[in-house]
Amino acid sequence: MTNSWNDIKNADVVIIMGGNAAEAHPCGFKWVTEAKANNGAKLIVVDPRFTRSAAVSDLYAPLRPGTDIAFLSGVMRYLLANGKIHQEYVKAFTNASYIVKEGYGFQDGLFTGYDEARKTYVDRSKWDYEFDEQGMAKVDDTLLNPRCAINLLKAHVDRYTPEMVERICGTPKDKFLKVCELIATTANGERSMTSLYALGWTQHTTGAQNIRSMAMIQLLLGNLGVPGGGVNALRGHSNVQGITDLALLSTSTPGYLVLPTEKEATYADYMKSRAFKPIRPGQTSFWQNYGKFFVSQQKSLFGAAATKDNDWAYDYLPKFDVSYDVLKMVDMMAGGQMNGLFCQGLNILMAAPNKAKVAAGLAKLKWLVTIDPLETETAHFWENHGEYNNVDPKAIQTEVIQLPATAYAEEEGSATNSSRVIQWHWKAVEGPGESRGDIQIIADLQRRLRALYAKDGGVFPDPILNTAWNYAKPENPEPAELLKELNGYAVEDLPDPADPTKTMLKAGQLLPAFALMRDDGKTSGGCWIYTGVYTEAGNMAMRRDAADPTGLGIHPNWGFSWPANRRILYNRASADPAGKPWSERKKYISWNGTRWIGGDVPDYAPTIAPDKSVGPFIMNQEGTARLFARAAMPDGPFPEHYEPMDAYIANPLHPKVSTNPAVRVFAADAKTFGTPDKFPIVATSYRLAEHFHYWTKNVHDNTILQPEMFVEMGERLAKAKGIQDGDWVEISSQRGAIKAKACVTKRIRPIMVDGKPCDVVGLPIHYGFIGLARKSQPVNTLTPSVGDASVNTPEYKAFLVDVKKTTPPASQPAVA
Amino acid sequence: MAVTRRQFMKVSAAGLAASSVGALGFMEAGDALAAGVRPFKLEKATETRNTCPYCAVSCGVLVYSVADAKDAKPKVIHIEGDSDNPINRGTLCPRGAASLGFVHSVNRLKYPMHRKPGTDKFERVSWDFAMDRIAKLAKEDRDKNFIAKNRDGVTVNRWLSTGFLGGSSCSNEAGYLTYKVVRSTGILALENQARI
Repeated sequence: MTNSWNDIKNADVVIIMGGNAAEAHPCGFKWVTEAKANNGAKLIVVDPRFTRSAAVSDLYAPLRPGTDIAFLSGVMRYLLANGKIHQEYVKAFTNASYIVKEGYGFQDGLFTGYDEARKTYVDRSKWDYEFDEQGMAKVDDTLLNPRCAINLLKAHVDRYTPEMVERICGTPKDKFLKVCELIATTANGERSMTSLYALGWTQHTTGAQNIRSMAMIQLLLGNLGVPGGGVNALRGHSNVQGITDLALLSTSTPGYLVLPTEKEATYADYMKSRAFKPIRPGQTSFWQNYGKFFVSQQKSLFGAAATKDNDWAYDYLPKFDVSYDVLKMVDMMAGGQMNGLFCQGLNILMAAPNKAKVAAGLAKLKWLVTIDPLETETAHFWENHGEYNNVDPKAIQTEVIQLPATAYAEEEGSATNSSRVIQWHWKAVEGPGESRGDIQIIADLQRRLRALYAKDGGVFPDPILNTAWNYAKPENPEPAELLKELNGYAVEDLPDPADPTKTMLKAGQLLPAFALMRDDGKTSGGCWIYTGVYTEAGNMAMRRDAADPTGLGIHPNWGFSWPANRRILYNRASADPAGKPWSERKKYISWNGTRWIGGDVPDYAPTIAPDKSVGPFIMNQEGTARLFARAAMPDGPFPEHYEPMDAYIANPLHPKVSTNPAVRVFAADAKTFGTPDKFPIVATSYRLAEHFHYWTKNVHDNTILQPEMFVEMGERLAKAKGIQDGDWVEISSQRGAIKAKACVTKRIRPIMVDGKPCDVVGLPIHYGFIGLARKSQPVNTLTPSVGDASVNTPEYKAFLVDVKKTTPPASQPAVA
Repeated sequence: MAVTRRQFMKVSAAGLAASSVGALGFMEAGDALAAGVRPFKLEKATETRNTCPYCAVSCGVLVYSVADAKDAKPKVIHIEGDSDNPINRGTLCPRGAASLGFVHSVNRLKYPMHRKPGTDKFERVSWDFAMDRIAKLAKEDRDKNFIAKNRDGVTVNRWLSTGFLGGSSCSNEAGYLTYKVVRSTGILALENQARI
């Protein structure tokens, strides 16, 4: 989230699209209720289903799954065509006026630089600005140049008329226009809109561009960096934010640094394309500090073994050729290219798409290690559960080791919530039986590996033998020690830059801020954005002062919000170029003549005067936010509507390029996509208020509330198929078939697409063959193994199925 | 002064007697009420501040534990929302409100288990056996399949034939240690739930 849970209360308009906060994040949704009750906010919900979020909305608009970009591009067209944009904000704080290179273009569904044979944009060099001799981007402040980013955007979205939106999305034109009108009421600095989304946007082959579309709308409206605004991802797992920050991701290192690629043979090569220089006069371009963060991190990982002479142990890091994300891992497993797999609290047999492929992959592993507090389908993938997991254990040669882990109440440590707030939790009791904490388990693995390599030698043992391990109890490090290591400390005495005769920090002292990190090996720190969380003043994640001096829901002394305890990102943009708040109502930080003041930590150098014209988006080389993304996205500098891979219709905009042309499709999956002649119904998957993923089917109360798998379908479809509420239904896709009970409802109605009714069904994701709930074949039996072009999030939210009435499964035991 | 709920009711009843309500003849009712109050079940419990394990709203929870009479090992008896937490202000959803059932689920794992190739059951093993076995299997695969240089002769130091899926419900501290250990082996296939 750019903003915070509490900040939602400051919104005047809330749009929930690509999520269902009332059911998936009920206690976060409370802040929507607060905004409605006490701030006069209006709630817009756009969703294929009339969800519980929709039930309390002021304005609900349906759309066909997988058509969000068409809808949002239509909104952009409306705002631009009707002058409903925050002109001054857009001009000063975005790249609207930047001149895009000659040669950039878009035609028939393809941007410039596409390679048909390689199915990717091989040449993205034209997706950029014109530069002058000094390397500065050229701009036209009059916005008259047709190649200004905003003019190219206008031309790009011009095709998304209300009629085209209705044709693609099935959203009735009048409802769509009402949504546009309400959104447009926030284009002035007096009012703000917040956008709340979740997996309903990410789990598409256009996932990242869905979110980018809303970010662009928020920029046009001037809603980024202001209270009650922002683009807010409502995240799923309790610490998915933290684990992402800490880079349990195939091509990242902690703090959103990038793991080196194999094209970067040396540290110098690596740094060539990292420490971005400003491309507009006087800008900050904060990534100029990249080397300080990277070297400090290497010191944290490898301690004394990371030296200037060995390029800070650069060779200790693996260099990647391609992304080894979950879809790639499953493809490698199924192709026999993987021998071992660790699953630490991740139930891949349920969580990765196309269950048949995942199961085949697991069966080809030599060994599998699972680490979990609960029984999982993955740990039992080799076990026969009749039609729910019909395998022959004798034929599966995978060795499986299942390790029992403790759970939250049995351990202490910190977790980072959706709004980047790091909070500490304390241990209440010991775990059951012989269960152990994840820290102890992973430390044990390191110690045994280290001992084996020390004793027997082996291939490239250096990084394993030299992993920094300065913990009081090496077999089970204390969480506090690890959080201090993440925060960072002085490796040697650090002189005061103002007076070199004085020492600013002594060796071993904790860093108060990432600004003190150095690229000379004198500082260590695991994750620069976490610096400040554990200082000489103590563990900031433990802070429990709920005071809110401004009344804006900032709570500055509750936990620690990365980076630098900042609660709203880009908050410099809450004031106009002169440093004056856009309005009294939305006052957040402002310039008092000598420094920036306000209730939050400014996202800006605190003493840079407004007349220096440093832009508020300091992470960008431009200092401004990007309406035109340059080459940052693999599938285009502007979002474009593409049909899901299971395409319900040929794309009305460009039927020859119907689906996202930059999507990665593995050879093994090429024939696994469905077509509407065989599978004429659009399906989407979702979560229930009563269940959490695949865990709570192990919890008695939750299984009483929602005991079994069902398929939610509209009355029209049920009637056409002769299905009554409670009947058994077979749902089939190109990948497989499952059985579920029919839940016939008015909540899903046919959507008129391209003039014809389109039926949609909804499938909850929670049920499998392990647990207390009734057994079911999991939903990922049906879903396609393909992901978003940018980050490969699987397309769980829009795929094609057929349904028919069927007989009950042979057995329906309630499993103990 | 720590006032238990029972004491509070007694004091209130005494207060009632001295008040106009008492004068109206409600005194006996007040006494009966005080006498009928059962001891507050959390009175002797230890209160521990924690965070709900499910979604990333991060609702504060209070975990109440008492020592089990049999083996004196503390056991969680109750979990409720933490009203001091400014994010959830004490509220919990149907998942968080039932999370005591997760702590005590019959499907909680207690012991390391081992399934030999081709068999149809798990067998209980010791931690030592399990961890030794894992370290041995991992080292064998790494030593056999580690790629020091790619086809162009560039040092890549990667190990592609083993993957690690991290849990995004682990703490930051566990997550960072996992990153440290896994990356030092050269594993590239390191992921979590963030993009699935």
